[in-house]
Amino acid sequence: MTRPHCEKCEELLQLYVDGELDEGDAHTAEAHLDRCGYCRSRYRLERRFRAVLRQFAAEPISDELRQRLSSLRSMPR
Amino acid sequence: MASEARNRVRFEEEALELADQVYQVARHIAGSRDEAEDLMQETYARAFRSWRSYEPGTNMRAWFLRILTNLNIDHGRKKQRQPQTEPLEEGDYYLYNRIEHGTADDRESEERLLERMSQANVVAALAEIPHDFRDVTVLVDIGEFSYQEAAQILGIPVGTVMSRLHRARRMLKTKLAPAPEELA
Repeated sequence: MTRPHCEKCEELLQLYVDGELDEGDAHTAEAHLDRCGYCRSRYRLERRFRAVLRQFAAEPISDELRQRLSSLRSMPR
Repeated sequence: MASEARNRVRFEEEALELADQVYQVARHIAGSRDEAEDLMQETYARAFRSWRSYEPGTNMRAWFLRILTNLNIDHGRKKQRQPQTEPLEEGDYYLYNRIEHGTADDRESEERLLERMSQANVVAALAEIPHDFRDVTVLVDIGEFSYQEAAQILGIPVGTVMSRLHRARRMLKTKLAPAPEELA
């Protein structure tokens, strides 16, 4: 299986996944995704990539740092 | 309590409630956990001193991250910038291209990339990306800021955010990609 390479699709796809398209362009992107299996698959992968990145990059703030920040207040408790 | 003191206390309480969200970004803007903690402390100290310059009703998290990214630049980042913005190696593009622009097995390769992702390799890959690019992907992909907000925080044009984001994601995927022998 081969696919035509389309820079325009790729650019629209990234902006769409990032929620950066205006309403008209978002509709265009959605209409294209409805009929293009390749872009639909890319869309799902890009969404998953961002979600997995966010999930694994997350680290909770330490209690010690939270206390250090709290002690910086003008009237620490 | 006088009105100003009340406003100040309210500001500080709101800021502390945001600490976890600010830290999520700070952790990867800085190169290590220790640096991130120092940067957070310095950011909060500066913000609490200049609390009057915060405009109520605007995005406080973005306001804190603007302070934080400026402090990070002040910490000698500038002198490291030149080597950090050098282009990727030819081999990096080759690997990336196999994942991003290849043929039938593209999606399989990217599926494998997603399966290989773990906390350890994501944190390491982010730390290896040059600061200028990392800051953008951390703000947009981890901090969930819009392009416009990221541009304001970093003091750069939206177009620069878009191009850096594109490259940053390519670099991340390259670093997280399966080794060539795994792709063969």
